Amino acid sequence: MEMLHADGIRKTFGNLEVLRGVSLTANKGDVISLIGGSGSGKSTFLRCLNCLEHPTGGEIRVDGEAIAFKPDGHGNREPVSKAQMRRIRARLAMVFQSFNLWNHMTLLENVIEAPVHVLGVDRKQAVDEGLRLLERVGLYDKRDVYPAFLSGGQQQRGAIARALAVQPLAMLFDEPTSALDPELVGEVLRVIRELAEEGRTMILVTHEMSFARDVSNQVLFLHGGLVEEAGPPAEVFGNPKSERLARFLGSFH
Amino acid sequence: MIWSPAAGSIALLTTGGWGSAMLVGLARSLTIALGAFGLGLLIGIAGALGKLSGGAVTRQALDLYTTIVRSVPELVLILVVYFAGADLINGVLTALGQAKIDFNGAIAGIVVLGVVQGAYSTEVIRGAILSVPRGQIEAAQAYGMSSWLALRRITLPAMLPFALPGLSNLWLIAMKDTALLAVLGFGELTQVTRQAAGTTKAYFTFFFAAGCMYLLATMISNLLSRRLEARATRGTAHV
Repeated sequence: MEMLHADGIRKTFGNLEVLRGVSLTANKGDVISLIGGSGSGKSTFLRCLNCLEHPTGGEIRVDGEAIAFKPDGHGNREPVSKAQMRRIRARLAMVFQSFNLWNHMTLLENVIEAPVHVLGVDRKQAVDEGLRLLERVGLYDKRDVYPAFLSGGQQQRGAIARALAVQPLAMLFDEPTSALDPELVGEVLRVIRELAEEGRTMILVTHEMSFARDVSNQVLFLHGGLVEEAGPPAEVFGNPKSERLARFLGSFH
Repeated sequence: MIWSPAAGSIALLTTGGWGSAMLVGLARSLTIALGAFGLGLLIGIAGALGKLSGGAVTRQALDLYTTIVRSVPELVLILVVYFAGADLINGVLTALGQAKIDFNGAIAGIVVLGVVQGAYSTEVIRGAILSVPRGQIEAAQAYGMSSWLALRRITLPAMLPFALPGLSNLWLIAMKDTALLAVLGFGELTQVTRQAAGTTKAYFTFFFAAGCMYLLATMISNLLSRRLEARATRGTAHV
């Protein structure tokens, strides 16, 4: 069952063409990793999926519903209906490289914020669910702590709990371990791996190659705003066809 | 006797009704200051948002407002806004065939000082909003918040720790600026003090008492703003 589909996504910033037509289809339970060098467009592509960047061209469909765009008068496009965009965004939970937990709220308040104020879930119910999710990522004890008093790994696990709280159709991970100290990477990857194993639909921008190889069922290698190579991880990592991909993978050893 | 001047001063303040008149004046000053600060805060939030995300015309108009208000002496502004504002409104009313209105002192004072406070608040809040990490607002967008909801739930509470020191300052200035309204005869603390002193010729006694009242109000304000700041920054790790 198709959850998320992007077709021919293009994005230009002024004269700079960052994406030149990137497509992707995520079916339920797919874990898709986007890899590539810096400037390849992988993060921009991810941010186009939930319209944090408005794609200049191409189509996005979430759970069968296409996001309608219109020209914004500055050579780009914007969503026709902000309400539609927000409704769709709320179901595509994003996990950011720098966590972006809301600093003025405790961990639990962070987790229940979107369910209560965006989705209109009853507060009591949201708290019960929030506590369950914090328990799950191992942060039940930290529920009343403010993000600034948590380690990077704890903040990121908290951010994952916040993402799970909206019962997402698909989760978008934007380099979730890149801002972490090396010894904290493992605890975050463990949580993401569990989510992958329980059949969550996930799109993952990552530099953790062995992790991408382990958890994904599809890998896209982006270069210069295009998909240079795509396929199952065993093929992409084990038998790269393009010289660029081989060189890119070689740089990790 | 060494105590007689002090005893005489206290007698002056407690008998003859001047002391209670000053307390009424103080209450009036604080009311006007509170109203002006509140109005300034509303103007400041709107002004900051206009400056940060308004169109070119809005931004220029706001720049003009903050520049003029911050460069002209407050006493001049108060006179201009009060008299010109009254003329303007009454002119419009006359043109519409309506009767002129007499401006209630407190409301006029609040509006006049509020317009001045608004210019400073605009800059304080604009700076504070710019200090909020971009990711905080991006996360709000990513989780489907509308601009209004993101403003109310994320941007405003997140900018508060950055804005509070500047806003506390503005509150103190608002309290002291009410003294400037003495020139308009609003019956606030300074004007009452002047009357009391002029009538009794006990200048030192009454102005010293007025000074103490302002000082006390400031000290209580400082206490409150420290608490507020502690509350607003409880999510901040103090190093």
